[in-house]
Amino acid sequence: MKSSITLSAKLLLLMLPAALLIGCQSTGTKSGESAAIEDKSSGAATSAAGDAGTFRGDALDDPAGVLSKRIVYFALDSSEVTQEDRATVSAHARHLAGNPAAAVTLEGHADERGSREYNLALGERRGNAVRQLLLAEGAATKQIQVVSYGEEKPLATGHDEGSWQQNRRVEIVYTSRK
Amino acid sequence: MLNKRFLPLCALILWLPLNIAHAALTIEITEGVPGALPIAVVPFGVEGQGAPPEDIGAIVAADLKRSGRFAPLAEQDMLARPHEGREVNFRDWRVLGVEGLAVGKVRATGAGQYTVQFQLFNVFQATQLAGYTIPTTNAELRRTAHQISDIIYEKLTGEPGAFNTRIAYVTAAGKAPTQIYSLQVADADGHNPRTILNSKQPLLSPAWSPDGTRLAYVSFENKRAQIYIQEIASGKRELIASYPGLNGAPAWSPDGSRLALTLSKDGNPEIYVLSLAAKTLQRLTSNPAIDTEPVWSPDGGTLVFTSDRGGRPQLYRMSVNGGAAKRITFEGDYNARGVFSPDGNQLAMVHGTGGQYRIALMELKTGALRMLSDRTLDESPSFAPNGAMIIYATNENNRGTLAAVSVDGRVHNRLVLQEGDVREAVWSPLGRRIMLQPDPKP
Repeated sequence: MKSSITLSAKLLLLMLPAALLIGCQSTGTKSGESAAIEDKSSGAATSAAGDAGTFRGDALDDPAGVLSKRIVYFALDSSEVTQEDRATVSAHARHLAGNPAAAVTLEGHADERGSREYNLALGERRGNAVRQLLLAEGAATKQIQVVSYGEEKPLATGHDEGSWQQNRRVEIVYTSRK
Repeated sequence: MLNKRFLPLCALILWLPLNIAHAALTIEITEGVPGALPIAVVPFGVEGQGAPPEDIGAIVAADLKRSGRFAPLAEQDMLARPHEGREVNFRDWRVLGVEGLAVGKVRATGAGQYTVQFQLFNVFQATQLAGYTIPTTNAELRRTAHQISDIIYEKLTGEPGAFNTRIAYVTAAGKAPTQIYSLQVADADGHNPRTILNSKQPLLSPAWSPDGTRLAYVSFENKRAQIYIQEIASGKRELIASYPGLNGAPAWSPDGSRLALTLSKDGNPEIYVLSLAAKTLQRLTSNPAIDTEPVWSPDGGTLVFTSDRGGRPQLYRMSVNGGAAKRITFEGDYNARGVFSPDGNQLAMVHGTGGQYRIALMELKTGALRMLSDRTLDESPSFAPNGAMIIYATNENNRGTLAAVSVDGRVHNRLVLQEGDVREAVWSPLGRRIMLQPDPKP
C-alpha cells in the first residue's frame, strides 16, 4: 500500500514536467502574435469541413476568403507591395473601413542578410508601405499600428532564397475584429 | 486560472536550457600566423597553503597564442621549469629557439589571497624586460593572468594588449515561438559568462559605455524596439528611448555623455543625439530614406551612419552638429554597420556584393577596401580596444556563431557556443587594471 502510493507519487513527479510543458506550449500559442500560425491550424480544420462558397460567419474566419491571406511578401531590399498582393491589402482595407472597431498591427520583417538595424528599419518601411495602401483605401489611422521586427523573427529558418523569400514580409495581425 | 498557476513553473522550465547554453563559449584558433614569435610561458610555481584555483601560466600562454602573434612552446618540450629569474639558464631556451621567456609563481598569502610574481626575459640578450608583483584574490586570478598577458604582449610587440577585456553578446536558445534571448557578458577568452538579461523577445545592438560599466541595447520585451541602459554590476536599468516607432542602434559618444540613436517618431528612421544628463534630443538627419546605425569617430567630432538615400545602403559621414552628409563607401552594392578602429583611421563594415555579406576594412584616408572574412552572412563587426582584432557574427552549419580576425586578416579565431545561436558581439573598452608593483629584483 505504502509502496504503491510512493510509486504513483513518483509517476506523478515524472509526468509533471511533461504536463507543464504542454501547459506552457498552449499558453504560448494563445498569446503568440503570429497570425500565420493561427491561420494554418484553423484553415486546416475548416477547409476539410465544407466548401468555400457556402461559408457562414465572420468573413475574417473564411479559410477560402481573401481576408484569410494575411501575409504580404516583398522583393530583396524592397518595400513595394506587388500587384498580386494589392488585392489582399485592398480586401483588408475594405474590411477595416466597414468595421470601424476592427484594428490591425502590421508586423514588418526582413530576411537575415545584411545588418540587423538596417533590417529593422526596412521592416518598418514595409509595414508603412502596407499602412499607406490601407489608408488610401478607406482604413482609418487609429485602426493601424506598425511594428518592425527586422530579421529577428523569421518564419522560415533556412539560409537560402526559399527561406528568405518567406521572411521578407508584412503580417497583418488583427488585434480587434470588429 | 490553470495557466496562471503554471506560469512560474513554465518560467523555471524555460530557464533550464539557458544554464546549458551559457555554460561555455570556447575559442578555437582556426588560422594562425606562420611568423608568430616563439616564446615560452613556464607553468607558474605555487607557494604557501592552498593551491590557486587557476593555472596562471596556462591562461597567459592561451591568451598569447590566440592573438596569433605568438607561438608558445609546448610544456612537454621545456628543458627546465624555472619560477624566477635566478633559476633561469638562458641556454636552455636559446637551444629551443625561444625568444621571449615568462616565468612566475603564485604565493598564497591568506584565505583566497595571493601574490603573483612574474618576470619576462629577452632570451638572446639575457635581459629582463618586465618584472612585477601583483597582489590578487581568488575572484581576480584570471584577470591578473590576462593583465600579465597584456604586459607581455606590449613589451614584445610595442602595442597594448587587449586580453583584460570582456565581450557582450546575445544568445538565442530554443525554437520559435518559445525562444529565449539572453544578453551575456564574458571575459574576452570566453570564460566567466554571465547573463545580464533574459527575454522571450529579441534583444540586439548591445553597446558598451566608454567606461565599461554599462550596456545600452535594444529590447523587444514590450513588443517593439526600445532602448535600455543597464548597469552591469547592479543589473539596474533604465528605459532610455520609447518613442513611437523604432528606437534603435544606440551608440555612446566617446565621453559617455551622449547617445546617438535611430528614431522613426517623425515618420521614418533618422539619426538623433540624446544628451543623457539633460535628456534633450537633437535630430541630425532629415531625409525620406532610411538613416540608421550611427557610430562616433573616436575624436567625437563626426558620425558615420548607414543610409539608403542613394538607392542602396551605403555609409555616410557627417558632423555631430548636423549639416551635410558625405557618402564614403562606393564599392559593392551594400555597405552597412560601420565601426571605427580605435585610432580612427579605419572603418570596419558589413560589405555586400554579389549576394555575399562579408566584413571589410576601409582605410579612411584612401578609401581602399580589404575583405577580412569570407563567408556569406557575416555581420556586426566590433574592434578590440587595442585595434588588433575584430570580432563579428557569422553563420556556420546553420547556427549563428562568432568569429574574430586580426586586422591584417591573417589570424582567425572561432568562438563557439555549445548550444543555440550567438550573435551581436561587442568588445568592451580596456579593463580595470589591478595594482602593479614593479619588482625590485632585476
